[in-house]
Amino acid sequence: MNAVIDIFASAGLWAAVLRIATPLILGTLGALLCERSGVLNLGIEGIMTFGAMIGWLAVYNGANLWTGLLVAALAGGVFGLLHAALTVTLGLSQHVSGLGVTLFASSFSYYVFRLLVPVAGTPPTIEPFQPIDLPALSSLPFIGPALFTQTLPTYGAIALALVLGYVLFRTPLGLAIRMTGENPHAAEAQGINPMVMRYGAVIFGSALMGVGGAFLTLSAFNSFFPTMVQGRGWICIALVVFASWRPGRALIGALLFALFDSFQLRLQAVLGGGVPYQIFLMIPYLLSIAALVLMARRARVPQALMQPYRRGER
Amino acid sequence: MRFERREHRSVALVIATPVLAVLCALALAGILIAIAGAPVMEAYWRILVGAFGSRLSATETLTRASPLILTGLAAAVAFRARLWNIGGEGQFYLGAISVAAASSQLLAGLPSAVQIPLLLAVGAAAGIVLLLVPLWLRLSFSVDEVVTTLLLNFVALLFVSMLIDGVLKDPMAFGWPQSQPVADDAVLPKLLARSRLHIGLGIGFVLAVAVHLVQSRTVFGMQSRAAGLNPAGAVFAGVPLGRTLVKVACISGGLAGLAGAIEVMGVQGYVTTDLSPGYGYSGIVVAMLANLNPLGVVLAALFTAVMFVGADGMSRSMGIPTYIADVTVSLSLISMLVGVFFTQYRIRR
Amino acid sequence: MINAALDICGISKLFGNNLANDDISLSLGKGEIVALLGENGAGKTTLMNILFGHYVPDSGKVLIEGRELPPGKPRAAIRAGIGMVHQHFSLAPNLTVLENVMAGTESLWRLRSGTDAARQKLQGICSRFGLTVDPHARLGDLSVGEQQRVEILKALYNDARILVLDEPTAVLTNLESERLFSTLKYMAREGLSLIFISHKLDEVMAAADRIVVLRGGRKVAERLASKTNKAELAELMVGRKVARPVREPSTPREVVLEVAGVSVIIDGVERLKSIDFTLRAGEVLGIIGVSGNGQTTLAHLLSGTVSRDKGVVVLFGEPIGDLSVEGAVLAGIGRVPEDRNNEGAIGEMAIWENAILERLPRFSRHGLVDRSAGQAFARMIIDAFDVRGGKPTTRTRLLSGGNMQKLILGRNLIERPRILIAAQPARGLDEGAVAAVHERLLQARREGTAVLLISEDLDEVMALADRIQAIVNGRLSPPVSAQEADATKLGLMMAGEWNEEHEISDAL
Repeated sequence: MNAVIDIFASAGLWAAVLRIATPLILGTLGALLCERSGVLNLGIEGIMTFGAMIGWLAVYNGANLWTGLLVAALAGGVFGLLHAALTVTLGLSQHVSGLGVTLFASSFSYYVFRLLVPVAGTPPTIEPFQPIDLPALSSLPFIGPALFTQTLPTYGAIALALVLGYVLFRTPLGLAIRMTGENPHAAEAQGINPMVMRYGAVIFGSALMGVGGAFLTLSAFNSFFPTMVQGRGWICIALVVFASWRPGRALIGALLFALFDSFQLRLQAVLGGGVPYQIFLMIPYLLSIAALVLMARRARVPQALMQPYRRGER
Repeated sequence: MRFERREHRSVALVIATPVLAVLCALALAGILIAIAGAPVMEAYWRILVGAFGSRLSATETLTRASPLILTGLAAAVAFRARLWNIGGEGQFYLGAISVAAASSQLLAGLPSAVQIPLLLAVGAAAGIVLLLVPLWLRLSFSVDEVVTTLLLNFVALLFVSMLIDGVLKDPMAFGWPQSQPVADDAVLPKLLARSRLHIGLGIGFVLAVAVHLVQSRTVFGMQSRAAGLNPAGAVFAGVPLGRTLVKVACISGGLAGLAGAIEVMGVQGYVTTDLSPGYGYSGIVVAMLANLNPLGVVLAALFTAVMFVGADGMSRSMGIPTYIADVTVSLSLISMLVGVFFTQYRIRR
Repeated sequence: MINAALDICGISKLFGNNLANDDISLSLGKGEIVALLGENGAGKTTLMNILFGHYVPDSGKVLIEGRELPPGKPRAAIRAGIGMVHQHFSLAPNLTVLENVMAGTESLWRLRSGTDAARQKLQGICSRFGLTVDPHARLGDLSVGEQQRVEILKALYNDARILVLDEPTAVLTNLESERLFSTLKYMAREGLSLIFISHKLDEVMAAADRIVVLRGGRKVAERLASKTNKAELAELMVGRKVARPVREPSTPREVVLEVAGVSVIIDGVERLKSIDFTLRAGEVLGIIGVSGNGQTTLAHLLSGTVSRDKGVVVLFGEPIGDLSVEGAVLAGIGRVPEDRNNEGAIGEMAIWENAILERLPRFSRHGLVDRSAGQAFARMIIDAFDVRGGKPTTRTRLLSGGNMQKLILGRNLIERPRILIAAQPARGLDEGAVAAVHERLLQARREGTAVLLISEDLDEVMALADRIQAIVNGRLSPPVSAQEADATKLGLMMAGEWNEEHEISDAL
């Protein structure tokens, strides 16, 4: 029991929570934005992989870290454009298109990576984002090391959750996006172009997923290796449901999730070899499923989610 | 510009679509090969040679196709009934590890004729169990099975990793995490001597025909199709939706589990965490390329196997990453989706 | 005409081979109410979609107060002052009333929605036209009548001067309809110009100043409401005299179905509240009511897809447990669902498959489907019920609504069921198809089938039913015999005004 209290009392846990949460926050916000406009984006897993690869590759070839994030965002947007073309213009099954985008984006990442980075004994690394020193805040006892020793993208991700919440619920653009996700025919009747809204939301949302992936290689770690995204994209999809499609709750959900995750990592260290480490690694996936079960019936799903919109066809 | 539903779909178009989709994917992948600085046509020639150039490579291609037929069928059967089973990979692994466990721990002494069928059943059962969980969550809690089956893939792989690092670990493997091997009597008979080609291929053929017959001729086939096309209409017509989906899940999960079983019993003999180069996920592509037709699955699986085996050979000689195979296969999925759309719609100004 | 608010000049629109609009012209004066009368497929909705910029016409133009409207631009139509109230509401149930009204009205790039100003403007409009509604209510929590009010408010909020209403009374009770029309007349006096689309002669005569009749995509007549009558309009609309069949007297026979004190709870809501009725062989029992009052549940209960929570069902003299679909079909209950396209048939399956899907046990052996027997069965239905537009192997989606309904009726009636549950059997069909459906129902009655007709169409129920009960909010009124039922009395019953005690004795 003391061990558990010790874990929660260590600043390192809370610092890790924010770090682990960042890609989840970005990915969840991206998926949430897509779904608010009525498009499920299962391309997320592949887009995060591609973002992780291309962001890293840009920096490895001399770009600065922010340029790396930008490149990842642009690449994410391009895959978003592909997904939107398939699901919005053609109205194809969002499930299958998304899986197609994931399979393509991840295999394409590996292809590009292998082509441009020769096989080596130890994976090549870059100099990642460093924690920034916030005057006064970072030197607070406990709180400082726990909360204020993050890299800038982490703060950015948290701010983005608040901004996205504001945009969705307080601006005309946000209302137009939500209207499109609830009833594209109604949106059209009010002079909103549902196609444009969906394209915009999917492209921008996918850009966020790309940045979320790039955070892994540019901040959390310093190298890229295949399969490093490890289902984080699918976890984000589950978190969107858990968050009832609200950015603020998505932030909380991602943090809660990261808390469990970093707690289990530390618990694993405490318990040592008694329990196979795989059990701990399963927890995030099982938690996601539990979150889905908990929220699936309670949440107000955007009514037009997964429904293709064709003008004049009801 | 708008799209208009075609009243009648021409059969020729439906058959031509997968061919066009594959050609389109090959053309796109060709651009990537060209960017890598290799001669495109030669690369494709090498892929063909790599896949069929010798007896060894040809049998290797067919060996690769065997589990793909089964995972492709698994996806096709499920998708037909709008059961989004994306968990083929996890079901594959669970099938494989169950076979290894059952053979090494329980059934080791039994003669082949008894042990092999039993083990195949065990593998299928394991796949079924893993798919029934997300189906139960869907039926009882309305949880979308796409995400749960995807998440369970990771859980299943970790579970396998735990077993082969623990209770099922092979003490003779110099510390590598791999399972104890299946008994000698559990190894699937070869179709061709001096090759890895085993009767799993035949099992795949037979099951493809069987699934085709079930879908087109039986009450269950008609009901599962109805359930997939229009659940409200199916319920009104008295189709027991839950029971039908459970049956579909049993077939689908069973096929994916079986794929894992034959791979262990026919090829590798033991389980590692890289037993599958993504057979479960490729099964989805195979199913879509086949337009969910069980007989088409056989051809689509063959194409996919050619790409994978051929790309291996090509990559060694030309320095193109083997991932070009995955890229081509995923591109052919996307092209196929677009192609199928244009068999159903035409463009209007 | 100088004062015209709207001029539609020579609009034509071709869909495939179908000329949906053929050189249609009409004008609408300021403060005028014009009714656009026509059957389904007459081209009313296409015309309004062109007016509203959803479709681009092949030729012709639209003038608003003399200025030409650019085609195919909904936004331009809204800006020019056209407001549309759709038959299927264009509303988002998860958003609030205010959000529904505001969406799309502000520049998308504003950094903050002007929610307060919008609420004030909305409340101003509400009080001016006497339309009350809570701006912060979630739309999905409102009644159908209130939701329609929001649709109208949405148009008025956009400063609409021309209001187009597509079949506005389709989902309203008589009382709500009357209230709607008095609101519309008030709006016209306030200077708005209105077009409403309808196929109901009564309301057209009651509410419109002028009536434009469309048929087969062409404008066939234009009359002042004061200078025409229902009979003339009916003939103009249909193009020939169509007489709907009317039941001839008969003596009902033995009771085949008795329902006593049955309640059904779905998702925690009591959809049917202790209902009672009896159904006799050779009669039509009409259940009249505005949709959404429990008739869907009632139909599902008797079709075997919903089970009851309380009460007794006696079928052919035997108390029974819960019906299954298979049990219902085997027992000789024919079922015509209210939602033809979703429940009645599976569009992507062949006609023959839809013909036998609910009776698969009969058309299969050892789990194998007997295709040739199924196709023969379908061919029989096609011949006997005059289903046009397909062979047994045609995909059912390609059938027209009327022919799909003939297929559904056919698969049920061809085997002479003892009971027929017909839910909204003629909804959305054109006049010719309605007559055909009615004739089939009466023929079944002659042959001794007990018909339960669930409908929201007063004329239909009065023409076909021997006895009538109203369904209101899950409760069933006592029956009245057709002789003593008139529109007023049934209207009152549909509004929930009935006396629990009397009338039962003299109806039975």
